[in-house]
Amino acid sequence: MEMLSHYLSIAAQSIFVQNILLSSFLGMCSFLAISKKVETSFGLGLAVIFVNGITVPMNWLIQKYLLEEGALSWTGLTSLANVDLSFLTFITFIATIAAMVQLVEMVLDKFSPTLYQALGIFLPLIAVNCAILGSSLFMVERSYNFPESVVYGISAGFGFFLAITTMASIRYKLKYSNVPAGLKGLGIAMILTGLISMAYMSFSGINL
Amino acid sequence: MKMLRNFLDRMHPKFKNGTKLEKYYPLFEMADTFMFTPDDVTKSGPHVRDAVDLKRAMIVVVLALLPTFFFGLFNIGYQEDATRTILQNFMVGLKITLPILIVAYGVGGFWEVVFAIVRKHEINEGFLVTGFLIPLIVPPTIPLWMVAVATSFGVVIGKEIFGGTGFNIFNPALVARAFLFFAYPGAISGDSVWTVVDGVSKATPLAVAASGVNTSAIDLLVRSNFSWLDMFYGFIPGSIGETSTLAILIGAVILLVTRIASWRIITGVMIGMVGIALLTNLLAAASSNPMLALTPHYHLVMGGFAFGMVFMATDPVSAAQSNAGRWIYGIMIGGLAVMIRSVNPAFPEGMMLAILLGNAFSPMIDYMVLRRHIKRRQQRHA
Repeated sequence: MEMLSHYLSIAAQSIFVQNILLSSFLGMCSFLAISKKVETSFGLGLAVIFVNGITVPMNWLIQKYLLEEGALSWTGLTSLANVDLSFLTFITFIATIAAMVQLVEMVLDKFSPTLYQALGIFLPLIAVNCAILGSSLFMVERSYNFPESVVYGISAGFGFFLAITTMASIRYKLKYSNVPAGLKGLGIAMILTGLISMAYMSFSGINL
Repeated sequence: MKMLRNFLDRMHPKFKNGTKLEKYYPLFEMADTFMFTPDDVTKSGPHVRDAVDLKRAMIVVVLALLPTFFFGLFNIGYQEDATRTILQNFMVGLKITLPILIVAYGVGGFWEVVFAIVRKHEINEGFLVTGFLIPLIVPPTIPLWMVAVATSFGVVIGKEIFGGTGFNIFNPALVARAFLFFAYPGAISGDSVWTVVDGVSKATPLAVAASGVNTSAIDLLVRSNFSWLDMFYGFIPGSIGETSTLAILIGAVILLVTRIASWRIITGVMIGMVGIALLTNLLAAASSNPMLALTPHYHLVMGGFAFGMVFMATDPVSAAQSNAGRWIYGIMIGGLAVMIRSVNPAFPEGMMLAILLGNAFSPMIDYMVLRRHIKRRQQRHA
């Protein structure tokens, strides 16, 4: 029971309080570009949940058993016991993410060609989606343990999913609005992001 | 009346296409249709004939706001000095509220006219309500320039850049208040902003209720001499128009009878609030947070809950549009408001942000309701 509520609070924290998009503003490019249609944003959101849910725990393992100071002590070799590879964190994390994105791409191409088509260039671009790398780095910074990193990875992805589908449905409604020509498209989307994140401020400061 | 009509008719050609004053046609049109029915009425086709058009609907909302407005005037004076006569209190309140109202209407109207002229749309009456709502949701000590800045932000960013009345995603008055809240927190929260006397600080019931540890919110309220009835009638410090639940309920009756406000939303907000409040009451014994012990009927009378429920959540533009969506939207707002109040120490007032979140989610709610309908129909006819 104690553990469950702890995981729940991590989930709520990363979905609402520290929403990766609306509070840290990571992953804005795909957020703005893909939120034009609800269906595609739904698909991208799911892809992000999936990729994030895999990469964060995976990066946790890599960080714990390869990169951290003293991480290599499991090999039993005294010469490796004090090696600190944490300067490789960024490049390793990016490599993991890129590999995972390739996997998702192949899976989507096989099982949902329409979604694959709709996501187009933005699917490979998840590889450089700051939200994904950001979650992995937050995971290191907040020193989560393995189960925590699983929960965090999935729920940070879910936060992204929630934000992008909200945005997409607002833009769907916005089709009927009379936005000034100069603000159409990205301009109004930026302003909307600001307004939504103002509403999300209601969660800031909650300590779970 | 006849003279006025004749005067307007004489003026009309001066604003016609191709004349010098053509640009200012929206201004003329506003003055004309404010008093008379528009001349370009629909002649044929399937149209609902109803006396309540946008203009009348907005005026009914303003009428429904009047009880809270007048009570707010009285309460400002009453909070300052409880021993004076009703009329004296009233005058004190008028002296404070009138400038705020004038600034809100002046600035809001200015932007409305600028956008109407530049973008060549009609001047809508939406700002009649927005301009009236803004003075009601700020503390009486608010500096006038802040009212002007907030009104500009609310009207321009909250409404005009989406195309004006009917196109906005968020309620402009709420956007204005949220802007104030985050930009100038010192002027809109804390203990010293609710009374107009210098140096006198009075905490709002919500702040009092959230102030203790290991005790129940109701005990704290009793200790500070806030009785439930006082809060229901509205003799408490707070934003100008939000204190009296009784006056707000009178407004609610007007809005519900004329069907301008959706009863589904109001009922939904109540259900959400009662549900989550009962849930937090269950958890209260195990926690040191005093707000968890606050019972539903206290939530109703404290802070901006009733005001938000009746006048903000029911805004027909920014709320969910489908009937099923309205239920979800209402329940979500009520529940979120209580949750933010209870667990977020930074914002004792959860209603404003709960409604903003509701506004943000309402297109998604509608979209999902619509999808469900389409699916059900497909299944029925498959």
